[in-house]
Amino acid sequence: MTKLVTAVIKPFKVDDVKTALEKLGVHGLTISEVQGYGRQKGHTEVYRGAEYKVDFVPKIKIEVVVADEAADDLVAAITSAAQTGKIGDGKVWVVPVESVVRVRTGERGTDAL
Amino acid sequence: MDKLNSGDTAWMLISAAIVLFMTPGLAFFYGGMVRAKNVLGMIMQNFFVIGMITLVWSVLGFSLAFGDGNGFWGGFHFFALQNLTSGDGAIPYVVFVAFQMMFAIITPALITGSIADRMKFSAFAVFITLWSLFVYSPIAHWVWAANGWLFKRGAMDFAGGTVVHANAGIAAIVLALVLGKRAGWPNGDFRPHNVPFVLLGTGILWVGWFGFNAGSALAANKLAGFALLNTQIATGVAILGWLAVEKIRDGKATTLGAASGAVAGLVAITPACGFVSPMGSVAVGGIAGAVCALATSIKGKVGIDDSLDVGAVHLVGGVLGALLTGLFATVDTNSAGKDGVFYGGPWSVFGEQALAVGATLGYSAVVTLIIALLIKYTIGLRLSDEDQITGMDEALHGETAYRYTSIGGGGSLSPSLTPVKVPEEAQA
Repeated sequence: MTKLVTAVIKPFKVDDVKTALEKLGVHGLTISEVQGYGRQKGHTEVYRGAEYKVDFVPKIKIEVVVADEAADDLVAAITSAAQTGKIGDGKVWVVPVESVVRVRTGERGTDAL
Repeated sequence: MDKLNSGDTAWMLISAAIVLFMTPGLAFFYGGMVRAKNVLGMIMQNFFVIGMITLVWSVLGFSLAFGDGNGFWGGFHFFALQNLTSGDGAIPYVVFVAFQMMFAIITPALITGSIADRMKFSAFAVFITLWSLFVYSPIAHWVWAANGWLFKRGAMDFAGGTVVHANAGIAAIVLALVLGKRAGWPNGDFRPHNVPFVLLGTGILWVGWFGFNAGSALAANKLAGFALLNTQIATGVAILGWLAVEKIRDGKATTLGAASGAVAGLVAITPACGFVSPMGSVAVGGIAGAVCALATSIKGKVGIDDSLDVGAVHLVGGVLGALLTGLFATVDTNSAGKDGVFYGGPWSVFGEQALAVGATLGYSAVVTLIIALLIKYTIGLRLSDEDQITGMDEALHGETAYRYTSIGGGGSLSPSLTPVKVPEEAQA
Protein backbone atom coordinates (compact mmCIF):
# COMPACT_ATOMS: atom_id res chain seq x y z
CA MET A 1 0.00 0.00 0.00
CA THR A 2 1.12 3.55 -0.64
CA LYS A 3 0.57 7.01 0.73
CA LEU A 4 0.64 10.51 -0.75
CA VAL A 5 2.73 12.99 1.22
CA THR A 6 1.94 16.60 0.39
CA ALA A 7 3.99 19.49 1.74
CA VAL A 8 3.50 23.23 1.26
CA ILE A 9 6.76 24.98 2.11
CA LYS A 10 8.71 28.20 1.69
CA PRO A 11 10.09 28.44 -1.87
CA PHE A 12 13.73 28.89 -0.85
CA LYS A 13 13.61 25.58 1.08
CA VAL A 14 12.92 23.42 -1.98
CA ASP A 15 16.53 22.38 -2.56
CA ASP A 16 17.06 21.45 1.11
CA VAL A 17 13.94 19.28 1.07
CA LYS A 18 14.94 17.63 -2.20
CA THR A 19 18.38 16.78 -0.82
CA ALA A 20 16.86 15.34 2.37
CA LEU A 21 14.46 13.16 0.36
CA GLU A 22 17.24 11.90 -1.91
CA LYS A 23 19.09 10.70 1.21
CA LEU A 24 15.98 8.66 2.12
CA GLY A 25 16.04 7.03 -1.32
CA VAL A 26 13.02 8.82 -2.72
CA HIS A 27 13.22 8.40 -6.50
CA GLY A 28 10.89 11.12 -7.64
CA LEU A 29 8.67 13.99 -6.61
CA THR A 30 6.43 16.62 -8.17
CA ILE A 31 6.50 20.30 -7.27
CA SER A 32 4.25 23.18 -8.22
CA GLU A 33 4.23 26.89 -7.54
CA VAL A 34 1.19 27.73 -5.46
CA GLN A 35 -0.16 30.69 -3.50
CA GLY A 36 -1.96 30.72 -0.22
CA TYR A 37 -1.96 31.95 3.33
CA GLY A 38 -2.18 30.63 6.85
CA ARG A 39 -1.13 32.51 9.96
CA GLN A 40 1.51 34.34 7.91
CA LYS A 41 -0.19 37.38 6.45
CA GLY A 42 0.65 38.74 3.00
CA HIS A 43 2.37 42.01 2.26
CA THR A 44 1.41 45.51 1.15
CA GLU A 45 2.28 47.12 -2.19
CA VAL A 46 1.85 50.83 -2.90
CA TYR A 47 1.46 52.17 -6.45
CA ARG A 48 1.30 55.97 -6.73
CA GLY A 49 -0.03 56.13 -3.20
CA ALA A 50 -2.73 53.47 -3.75
CA GLU A 51 -2.27 50.66 -1.25
CA TYR A 52 -2.92 47.02 -2.18
CA LYS A 53 -3.00 44.21 0.41
CA VAL A 54 -1.51 41.13 -1.22
CA ASP A 55 -2.96 38.30 0.89
CA PHE A 56 -1.63 35.27 -0.93
CA VAL A 57 1.99 34.36 -0.32
CA PRO A 58 3.99 32.34 -2.88
CA LYS A 59 4.70 28.77 -1.70
CA ILE A 60 5.94 25.53 -3.22
CA LYS A 61 3.82 22.40 -3.04
CA ILE A 62 5.70 19.07 -3.04
CA GLU A 63 3.91 15.79 -3.70
CA VAL A 64 5.51 12.38 -3.16
CA VAL A 65 3.92 8.93 -3.27
CA VAL A 66 5.71 6.43 -0.98
CA ALA A 67 5.24 3.02 0.59
CA ASP A 68 3.14 3.12 3.79
CA GLU A 69 6.03 2.34 6.10
CA ALA A 70 8.26 5.09 4.63
CA ALA A 71 5.74 7.89 5.17
CA ASP A 72 6.65 8.78 8.76
CA ASP A 73 10.35 9.13 8.00
CA LEU A 74 9.53 11.22 4.98
CA VAL A 75 7.33 13.61 6.97
CA ALA A 76 10.08 13.96 9.58
CA ALA A 77 12.70 14.64 6.90
CA ILE A 78 10.59 17.28 5.17
CA THR A 79 9.72 18.92 8.47
CA SER A 80 13.31 19.26 9.60
CA ALA A 81 14.59 20.35 6.16
CA ALA A 82 11.91 22.99 5.61
CA GLN A 83 11.89 24.39 9.13
CA THR A 84 13.08 27.94 9.87
CA GLY A 85 11.11 28.34 13.10
CA LYS A 86 9.44 31.49 11.76
CA ILE A 87 5.79 31.92 10.89
CA GLY A 88 4.94 30.73 7.36
CA ASP A 89 7.02 27.52 7.29
CA GLY A 90 4.06 25.59 5.87
CA LYS A 91 2.28 22.25 6.38
CA VAL A 92 2.79 18.57 5.62
CA TRP A 93 -0.06 16.06 5.36
CA VAL A 94 -0.45 12.40 4.45
CA VAL A 95 -3.37 10.63 2.75
CA PRO A 96 -3.79 7.00 1.65
CA VAL A 97 -3.52 6.25 -2.07
CA GLU A 98 -5.89 3.74 -3.62
CA SER A 99 -3.70 2.73 -6.53
CA VAL A 100 -0.56 3.78 -8.41
CA VAL A 101 0.44 2.77 -11.94
CA ARG A 102 3.78 3.32 -13.71
CA VAL A 103 2.69 4.46 -17.16
CA ARG A 104 5.72 3.00 -18.98
CA THR A 105 5.35 -0.59 -17.74
CA GLY A 106 1.90 -0.88 -16.24
CA GLU A 107 3.40 -1.96 -12.86
CA ARG A 108 1.16 -1.30 -9.88
CA GLY A 109 1.48 -0.48 -6.17
CA THR A 110 4.94 -0.12 -4.58
CA ASP A 111 6.51 -1.60 -7.74
CA ALA A 112 5.39 1.52 -9.54
CA LEU A 113 7.33 3.86 -7.22
CA MET B 1 14.07 78.10 -51.39
CA ASP B 2 17.44 79.90 -51.22
CA LYS B 3 16.75 80.78 -47.58
CA LEU B 4 16.74 77.07 -46.66
CA ASN B 5 19.07 76.19 -43.76
CA SER B 6 20.13 72.57 -44.00
CA GLY B 7 21.26 72.40 -40.35
CA ASP B 8 17.88 73.58 -39.10
CA THR B 9 16.09 71.30 -41.52
CA ALA B 10 18.11 68.26 -40.45
CA TRP B 11 17.34 68.89 -36.79
CA MET B 12 13.64 69.34 -37.47
CA LEU B 13 13.48 66.11 -39.49
CA ILE B 14 15.11 64.23 -36.60
CA SER B 15 12.85 65.96 -34.08
CA ALA B 16 9.74 64.97 -36.02
CA ALA B 17 10.90 61.35 -36.09
CA ILE B 18 11.66 61.08 -32.37
CA VAL B 19 8.47 62.91 -31.38
CA LEU B 20 6.54 60.25 -33.29
CA PHE B 21 8.38 57.60 -31.23
CA MET B 22 6.90 59.12 -28.06
CA THR B 23 3.47 57.65 -28.83
CA PRO B 24 4.63 53.99 -28.93
CA GLY B 25 6.62 54.92 -25.80
CA LEU B 26 3.41 56.17 -24.20
CA ALA B 27 1.73 52.92 -25.22
CA PHE B 28 4.27 50.99 -23.13
CA PHE B 29 4.21 53.54 -20.31
CA TYR B 30 0.44 53.09 -20.01
CA GLY B 31 0.38 49.45 -21.15
CA GLY B 32 2.57 48.36 -18.25
CA MET B 33 0.24 50.02 -15.76
CA VAL B 34 -2.95 48.22 -16.80
CA ARG B 35 -3.83 44.61 -15.99
CA ALA B 36 -2.38 41.90 -18.25
CA LYS B 37 -5.74 41.26 -19.95
CA ASN B 38 -5.92 44.87 -21.19
CA VAL B 39 -2.36 45.55 -22.33
CA LEU B 40 -3.07 45.05 -26.03
CA GLY B 41 -6.25 47.12 -25.78
CA MET B 42 -4.18 49.99 -24.37
CA ILE B 43 -1.36 49.67 -26.90
CA MET B 44 -3.93 49.37 -29.69
CA GLN B 45 -5.60 52.65 -28.74
CA ASN B 46 -2.26 54.43 -28.99
CA PHE B 47 -1.31 52.86 -32.33
CA PHE B 48 -4.79 53.57 -33.65
CA VAL B 49 -4.34 57.23 -32.75
CA ILE B 50 -1.17 57.27 -34.87
CA GLY B 51 -3.10 55.94 -37.84
CA MET B 52 -6.23 58.05 -37.49
CA ILE B 53 -4.66 61.39 -36.59
CA THR B 54 -2.09 61.07 -39.38
CA LEU B 55 -5.02 61.06 -41.79
CA VAL B 56 -7.13 63.64 -39.96
CA TRP B 57 -4.21 66.07 -39.62
CA SER B 58 -3.23 65.73 -43.29
CA VAL B 59 -6.72 66.35 -44.62
CA LEU B 60 -8.05 69.02 -42.28
CA GLY B 61 -6.39 69.30 -38.87
CA PHE B 62 -3.27 71.19 -39.95
CA SER B 63 -5.31 73.74 -41.85
CA LEU B 64 -7.62 74.36 -38.89
CA ALA B 65 -4.61 74.84 -36.63
CA PHE B 66 -2.12 76.76 -38.74
CA GLY B 67 -4.07 78.43 -41.55
CA ASP B 68 -4.41 82.22 -41.30
CA GLY B 69 -8.14 82.16 -40.63
CA ASN B 70 -8.87 84.47 -37.71
CA GLY B 71 -7.91 84.57 -34.02
CA PHE B 72 -9.90 81.47 -33.20
CA TRP B 73 -9.32 78.97 -36.05
CA GLY B 74 -7.20 78.54 -39.14
CA GLY B 75 -9.80 78.01 -41.85
CA PHE B 76 -9.35 75.90 -44.97
CA HIS B 77 -6.36 77.52 -46.71
CA PHE B 78 -4.22 74.41 -46.18
CA PHE B 79 -7.09 71.92 -46.70
CA ALA B 80 -5.65 68.58 -47.92
CA LEU B 81 -2.20 70.13 -47.50
CA GLN B 82 -2.54 72.51 -50.43
CA ASN B 83 -0.61 75.82 -50.73
CA LEU B 84 2.22 74.67 -48.46
CA THR B 85 5.08 76.24 -50.42
CA SER B 86 3.93 79.67 -49.25
CA GLY B 87 5.36 78.83 -45.83
CA ASP B 88 8.88 77.80 -46.90
CA GLY B 89 11.69 79.49 -45.01
CA ALA B 90 14.77 78.27 -43.16
CA ILE B 91 12.96 74.95 -42.96
CA PRO B 92 10.59 73.75 -45.68
CA TYR B 93 6.97 74.10 -44.57
CA VAL B 94 6.36 70.39 -45.20
CA VAL B 95 8.85 69.67 -42.41
CA PHE B 96 6.88 71.92 -40.06
CA VAL B 97 3.67 70.13 -41.06
CA ALA B 98 5.25 66.76 -40.24
CA PHE B 99 6.72 67.99 -36.94
CA GLN B 100 3.38 69.40 -35.84
CA MET B 101 1.62 66.20 -36.94
CA MET B 102 3.51 64.26 -34.28
CA PHE B 103 2.24 66.69 -31.61
CA ALA B 104 -1.30 66.28 -32.91
CA ILE B 105 -0.86 62.50 -32.57
CA ILE B 106 0.48 62.30 -29.03
CA THR B 107 -1.99 64.77 -27.53
CA PRO B 108 -5.17 62.65 -27.90
CA ALA B 109 -3.05 59.57 -27.13
CA LEU B 110 -2.40 61.03 -23.66
CA ILE B 111 -6.13 60.74 -22.93
CA THR B 112 -6.01 56.92 -23.17
CA GLY B 113 -4.53 56.81 -19.67
CA SER B 114 -7.70 57.97 -17.93
CA ILE B 115 -10.12 55.71 -19.79
CA ALA B 116 -8.18 52.45 -19.44
CA ASP B 117 -9.91 49.08 -19.74
CA ARG B 118 -13.49 50.22 -20.37
CA MET B 119 -14.11 52.14 -23.61
CA LYS B 120 -15.66 50.71 -26.76
CA PHE B 121 -13.22 50.75 -29.66
CA SER B 122 -15.70 52.33 -32.08
CA ALA B 123 -16.47 55.07 -29.55
CA PHE B 124 -12.75 55.68 -29.07
CA ALA B 125 -12.19 56.02 -32.82
CA VAL B 126 -14.99 58.57 -33.18
CA PHE B 127 -13.94 60.45 -30.05
CA ILE B 128 -10.31 61.07 -31.01
CA THR B 129 -11.29 62.15 -34.52
CA LEU B 130 -13.80 64.75 -33.32
CA TRP B 131 -11.58 65.80 -30.42
CA SER B 132 -8.57 66.39 -32.68
CA LEU B 133 -10.59 68.58 -35.06
CA PHE B 134 -12.75 70.48 -32.59
CA VAL B 135 -10.48 70.74 -29.53
CA TYR B 136 -6.81 70.23 -30.43
CA SER B 137 -6.64 72.17 -33.71
CA PRO B 138 -8.42 75.30 -32.43
CA ILE B 139 -6.34 75.49 -29.22
CA ALA B 140 -3.10 74.93 -31.18
CA HIS B 141 -4.22 77.84 -33.38
CA TRP B 142 -4.93 80.12 -30.42
CA VAL B 143 -1.53 79.58 -28.81
CA TRP B 144 0.89 78.89 -31.67
CA ALA B 145 -0.46 80.38 -34.92
CA ALA B 146 0.80 83.89 -35.78
CA ASN B 147 -2.68 85.38 -35.49
CA GLY B 148 -4.00 83.16 -32.69
CA TRP B 149 -5.64 85.30 -30.01
CA LEU B 150 -3.57 83.97 -27.10
CA PHE B 151 -0.34 84.15 -29.13
CA LYS B 152 -1.03 87.80 -29.89
CA ARG B 153 -1.65 88.52 -26.22
CA GLY B 154 1.83 87.16 -25.50
CA ALA B 155 1.15 83.88 -23.69
CA MET B 156 4.35 81.86 -23.37
CA ASP B 157 3.97 78.15 -24.19
CA PHE B 158 7.22 76.97 -25.72
CA ALA B 159 6.33 73.37 -26.58
CA GLY B 160 2.77 72.78 -25.44
CA GLY B 161 2.16 72.90 -21.69
CA THR B 162 -1.32 74.28 -22.28
CA VAL B 163 -2.00 73.12 -25.84
CA VAL B 164 -0.88 69.53 -25.24
CA HIS B 165 -0.79 68.70 -21.54
CA ALA B 166 -3.34 70.87 -19.75
CA ASN B 167 -5.67 70.37 -22.72
CA ALA B 168 -5.36 66.57 -22.84
CA GLY B 169 -5.35 66.41 -19.03
CA ILE B 170 -8.70 68.14 -18.54
CA ALA B 171 -10.21 66.24 -21.48
CA ALA B 172 -9.05 62.98 -19.88
CA ILE B 173 -10.81 63.87 -16.63
CA VAL B 174 -14.04 64.87 -18.37
CA LEU B 175 -14.11 61.73 -20.53
CA ALA B 176 -13.36 59.48 -17.53
CA LEU B 177 -16.23 61.14 -15.68
CA VAL B 178 -18.75 60.57 -18.50
CA LEU B 179 -17.44 57.05 -19.13
CA GLY B 180 -17.72 55.96 -15.48
CA LYS B 181 -15.45 53.81 -13.36
CA ARG B 182 -13.80 50.56 -14.37
CA ALA B 183 -15.88 47.57 -13.26
CA GLY B 184 -14.77 46.86 -9.68
CA TRP B 185 -12.85 50.10 -9.09
CA PRO B 186 -11.56 51.05 -6.53
CA ASN B 187 -11.81 47.87 -4.45
CA GLY B 188 -10.37 45.27 -6.81
CA ASP B 189 -6.79 44.47 -7.72
CA PHE B 190 -5.70 47.16 -10.17
CA ARG B 191 -1.96 46.79 -9.69
CA PRO B 192 0.23 47.41 -12.77
CA HIS B 193 1.00 44.12 -14.54
CA ASN B 194 4.44 45.07 -15.90
CA VAL B 195 6.35 47.88 -14.20
CA PRO B 196 9.47 47.37 -16.39
CA PHE B 197 7.28 48.28 -19.42
CA VAL B 198 6.43 51.54 -17.64
CA LEU B 199 10.10 52.41 -17.26
CA LEU B 200 10.89 51.34 -20.82
CA GLY B 201 8.13 53.62 -22.06
CA THR B 202 9.45 56.44 -19.87
CA GLY B 203 12.88 56.11 -21.47
CA ILE B 204 11.37 56.33 -24.95
CA LEU B 205 9.25 59.31 -23.95
CA TRP B 206 12.22 61.09 -22.40
CA VAL B 207 14.40 60.86 -25.52
CA GLY B 208 11.49 61.77 -27.79
CA TRP B 209 10.77 64.76 -25.56
CA PHE B 210 14.10 66.32 -26.55
CA GLY B 211 12.65 66.51 -30.06
CA PHE B 212 9.35 67.78 -28.67
CA ASN B 213 10.92 70.57 -26.57
CA ALA B 214 14.20 71.43 -28.30
CA GLY B 215 12.58 70.90 -31.69
CA SER B 216 10.07 73.59 -30.75
CA ALA B 217 12.86 76.14 -31.27
CA LEU B 218 12.25 75.29 -34.96
CA ALA B 219 15.99 75.70 -35.52
CA ALA B 220 19.29 74.10 -34.53
CA ASN B 221 20.46 77.01 -32.41
CA LYS B 222 21.27 78.16 -28.88
CA LEU B 223 17.61 78.35 -27.89
CA ALA B 224 17.20 74.68 -28.84
CA GLY B 225 20.23 73.99 -26.67
CA PHE B 226 18.64 75.79 -23.71
CA ALA B 227 15.41 73.85 -24.23
CA LEU B 228 17.24 70.51 -24.29
CA LEU B 229 19.37 71.30 -21.23
CA ASN B 230 16.39 72.65 -19.27
CA THR B 231 14.35 69.57 -20.18
CA GLN B 232 17.05 67.28 -18.85
CA ILE B 233 17.52 69.25 -15.62
CA ALA B 234 13.82 69.52 -14.77
CA THR B 235 13.19 65.84 -15.50
CA GLY B 236 16.07 64.62 -13.37
CA VAL B 237 15.08 66.82 -10.44
CA ALA B 238 11.39 65.83 -10.79
CA ILE B 239 12.36 62.18 -10.22
CA LEU B 240 13.93 63.26 -6.92
CA GLY B 241 10.84 65.30 -5.97
CA TRP B 242 8.39 62.44 -6.63
CA LEU B 243 10.57 59.88 -4.82
CA ALA B 244 10.97 62.17 -1.79
CA VAL B 245 7.18 62.37 -1.45
CA GLU B 246 6.88 58.57 -1.71
CA LYS B 247 9.63 57.96 0.84
CA ILE B 248 8.01 60.28 3.35
CA ARG B 249 4.36 59.40 2.64
CA ASP B 250 4.50 55.69 1.78
CA GLY B 251 7.77 54.58 3.38
CA LYS B 252 9.36 53.31 0.19
CA ALA B 253 10.56 54.92 -3.03
CA THR B 254 9.25 52.97 -6.03
CA THR B 255 10.35 52.44 -9.62
CA LEU B 256 6.84 53.40 -10.76
CA GLY B 257 7.38 56.63 -8.82
CA ALA B 258 10.69 57.28 -10.59
CA ALA B 259 9.01 56.84 -13.97
CA SER B 260 6.05 59.00 -12.94
CA GLY B 261 8.33 61.73 -11.59
CA ALA B 262 10.26 61.83 -14.85
CA VAL B 263 7.10 62.27 -16.89
CA ALA B 264 5.77 64.91 -14.48
CA GLY B 265 9.02 66.84 -14.92
CA LEU B 266 8.90 66.50 -18.70
CA VAL B 267 5.34 67.80 -18.73
CA ALA B 268 6.02 70.78 -16.47
CA ILE B 269 9.16 71.93 -18.31
CA THR B 270 7.40 71.69 -21.69
CA PRO B 271 5.94 75.23 -21.71
CA ALA B 272 8.93 76.63 -19.79
CA CYS B 273 11.97 75.04 -21.47
CA GLY B 274 12.54 77.84 -23.99
CA PHE B 275 12.00 80.69 -21.51
CA VAL B 276 13.56 79.77 -18.14
CA SER B 277 17.16 79.41 -16.94
CA PRO B 278 18.78 76.08 -16.00
CA MET B 279 18.36 76.92 -12.30
CA GLY B 280 14.76 77.89 -12.97
CA SER B 281 14.41 74.39 -14.40
CA VAL B 282 15.61 72.91 -11.12
CA ALA B 283 12.73 74.71 -9.40
CA VAL B 284 10.15 73.76 -12.05
CA GLY B 285 11.20 70.09 -11.96
CA GLY B 286 11.37 69.81 -8.19
CA ILE B 287 8.01 71.47 -7.65
CA ALA B 288 6.34 69.43 -10.40
CA GLY B 289 7.72 66.11 -9.15
CA ALA B 290 6.50 66.68 -5.60
CA VAL B 291 3.15 68.32 -6.40
CA CYS B 292 2.17 65.74 -9.06
CA ALA B 293 3.02 62.91 -6.63
CA LEU B 294 0.73 64.48 -4.03
CA ALA B 295 -1.97 65.06 -6.67
CA THR B 296 -2.37 61.32 -7.30
CA SER B 297 -4.49 61.12 -4.14
CA ILE B 298 -7.14 63.51 -5.50
CA LYS B 299 -8.92 61.01 -7.77
CA GLY B 300 -9.77 58.68 -4.89
CA LYS B 301 -11.21 61.57 -2.86
CA VAL B 302 -13.42 62.87 -5.69
CA GLY B 303 -14.31 59.38 -6.93
CA ILE B 304 -13.22 59.81 -10.57
CA ASP B 305 -11.48 56.75 -11.99
CA ASP B 306 -8.67 58.60 -13.76
CA SER B 307 -7.08 55.20 -14.14
CA LEU B 308 -3.45 56.06 -14.83
CA ASP B 309 -3.36 59.56 -13.33
CA VAL B 310 -3.50 61.69 -16.48
CA GLY B 311 -4.98 64.42 -14.28
CA ALA B 312 -2.25 64.31 -11.65
CA VAL B 313 0.57 64.18 -14.19
CA HIS B 314 -0.55 66.02 -17.33
CA LEU B 315 -3.25 68.39 -16.07
CA VAL B 316 -1.51 69.38 -12.83
CA GLY B 317 1.96 69.23 -14.44
CA GLY B 318 0.90 71.20 -17.51
CA VAL B 319 -0.88 73.90 -15.50
CA LEU B 320 2.04 74.16 -13.06
CA GLY B 321 4.53 74.46 -15.90
CA ALA B 322 2.53 77.17 -17.65
CA LEU B 323 2.09 79.19 -14.45
CA LEU B 324 5.69 78.74 -13.30
CA THR B 325 6.83 80.00 -16.72
CA GLY B 326 5.19 83.30 -15.76
CA LEU B 327 7.38 83.39 -12.65
CA PHE B 328 10.70 81.98 -13.87
CA ALA B 329 10.92 83.20 -17.50
CA THR B 330 13.95 85.32 -18.31
CA VAL B 331 14.99 87.17 -21.45
CA ASP B 332 18.54 85.91 -20.80
CA THR B 333 17.32 82.56 -22.15
CA ASN B 334 14.98 83.84 -24.84
CA SER B 335 15.12 87.45 -25.99
CA ALA B 336 11.78 86.95 -27.76
CA GLY B 337 10.20 85.97 -24.44
CA LYS B 338 9.51 88.06 -21.36
CA ASP B 339 10.90 88.40 -17.85
CA GLY B 340 8.75 86.54 -15.35
CA VAL B 341 7.72 87.91 -11.96
CA PHE B 342 10.88 86.58 -10.23
CA TYR B 343 13.07 88.35 -12.81
CA GLY B 344 11.51 91.76 -12.41
CA GLY B 345 8.57 91.25 -14.78
CA PRO B 346 5.12 92.60 -13.91
CA TRP B 347 2.36 90.36 -12.54
CA SER B 348 0.55 90.84 -15.84
CA VAL B 349 3.03 88.31 -17.33
CA PHE B 350 1.75 85.75 -14.83
CA GLY B 351 -1.81 86.91 -15.56
CA GLU B 352 -1.41 86.17 -19.27
CA GLN B 353 -0.20 82.67 -18.42
CA ALA B 354 -3.20 82.13 -16.14
CA LEU B 355 -5.54 83.42 -18.86
CA ALA B 356 -4.09 80.99 -21.42
CA VAL B 357 -4.49 78.12 -18.95
CA GLY B 358 -8.03 79.14 -18.02
CA ALA B 359 -9.18 79.57 -21.63
CA THR B 360 -7.66 76.22 -22.63
CA LEU B 361 -9.18 74.34 -19.69
CA GLY B 362 -12.60 75.92 -20.11
CA TYR B 363 -12.85 75.37 -23.86
CA SER B 364 -11.41 71.85 -23.74
CA ALA B 365 -13.67 70.77 -20.87
CA VAL B 366 -16.86 72.05 -22.51
CA VAL B 367 -16.21 70.73 -26.03
CA THR B 368 -14.90 67.39 -24.70
CA LEU B 369 -18.09 67.05 -22.63
CA ILE B 370 -20.25 67.73 -25.69
CA ILE B 371 -18.39 65.15 -27.81
CA ALA B 372 -18.47 62.55 -25.02
CA LEU B 373 -22.21 62.97 -24.41
CA LEU B 374 -22.91 62.88 -28.14
CA ILE B 375 -21.19 59.51 -28.43
CA LYS B 376 -22.67 58.20 -25.18
CA TYR B 377 -26.24 58.76 -26.39
CA THR B 378 -25.67 57.52 -29.97
CA ILE B 379 -23.29 54.58 -30.35
CA GLY B 380 -22.46 54.29 -26.63
CA LEU B 381 -19.11 54.78 -24.87
CA ARG B 382 -18.75 51.96 -22.44
CA LEU B 383 -17.80 48.30 -22.66
CA SER B 384 -20.17 45.90 -20.90
CA ASP B 385 -19.08 44.62 -17.49
CA GLU B 386 -18.76 41.18 -19.03
CA ASP B 387 -16.31 42.43 -21.67
CA GLN B 388 -14.39 44.35 -19.01
CA ILE B 389 -14.04 41.20 -16.91
CA THR B 390 -12.92 39.21 -19.96
CA GLY B 391 -10.48 42.01 -20.79
CA MET B 392 -10.10 44.21 -23.85
CA ASP B 393 -7.48 42.01 -25.50
CA GLU B 394 -9.83 39.10 -25.98
CA ALA B 395 -13.17 40.92 -26.07
CA LEU B 396 -12.17 43.68 -28.53
CA HIS B 397 -9.23 42.32 -30.47
CA GLY B 398 -9.41 38.51 -30.20
CA GLU B 399 -5.80 38.29 -29.03
CA THR B 400 -3.76 37.28 -25.99
CA ALA B 401 -0.69 39.31 -25.00
CA TYR B 402 1.21 36.69 -23.05
CA ARG B 403 1.36 32.93 -23.49
CA TYR B 404 3.86 31.68 -20.95
CA THR B 405 2.17 28.31 -20.62
CA SER B 406 1.78 25.62 -23.23
CA ILE B 407 -1.74 24.83 -22.04
CA GLY B 408 -4.18 26.25 -24.54
CA GLY B 409 -1.85 25.96 -27.51
CA GLY B 410 1.68 26.76 -28.55
CA GLY B 411 3.50 23.98 -26.70
CA SER B 412 3.15 20.30 -25.92
CA LEU B 413 -0.62 20.40 -26.28
CA SER B 414 -0.57 22.34 -29.53
CA PRO B 415 -2.55 20.73 -32.33
CA SER B 416 0.35 21.67 -34.65
CA LEU B 417 2.42 18.90 -33.03
CA THR B 418 0.16 16.31 -34.56
CA PRO B 419 1.43 15.50 -38.07
CA VAL B 420 0.06 17.94 -40.60
CA LYS B 421 -1.57 16.23 -43.56
CA VAL B 422 0.31 17.19 -46.69
CA PRO B 423 -1.97 17.62 -49.72
CA GLU B 424 -1.43 14.87 -52.27
CA GLU B 425 -0.58 17.30 -55.07
CA ALA B 426 2.30 18.66 -53.00
CA GLN B 427 3.73 15.17 -52.50
CA ALA B 428 3.84 14.44 -56.21
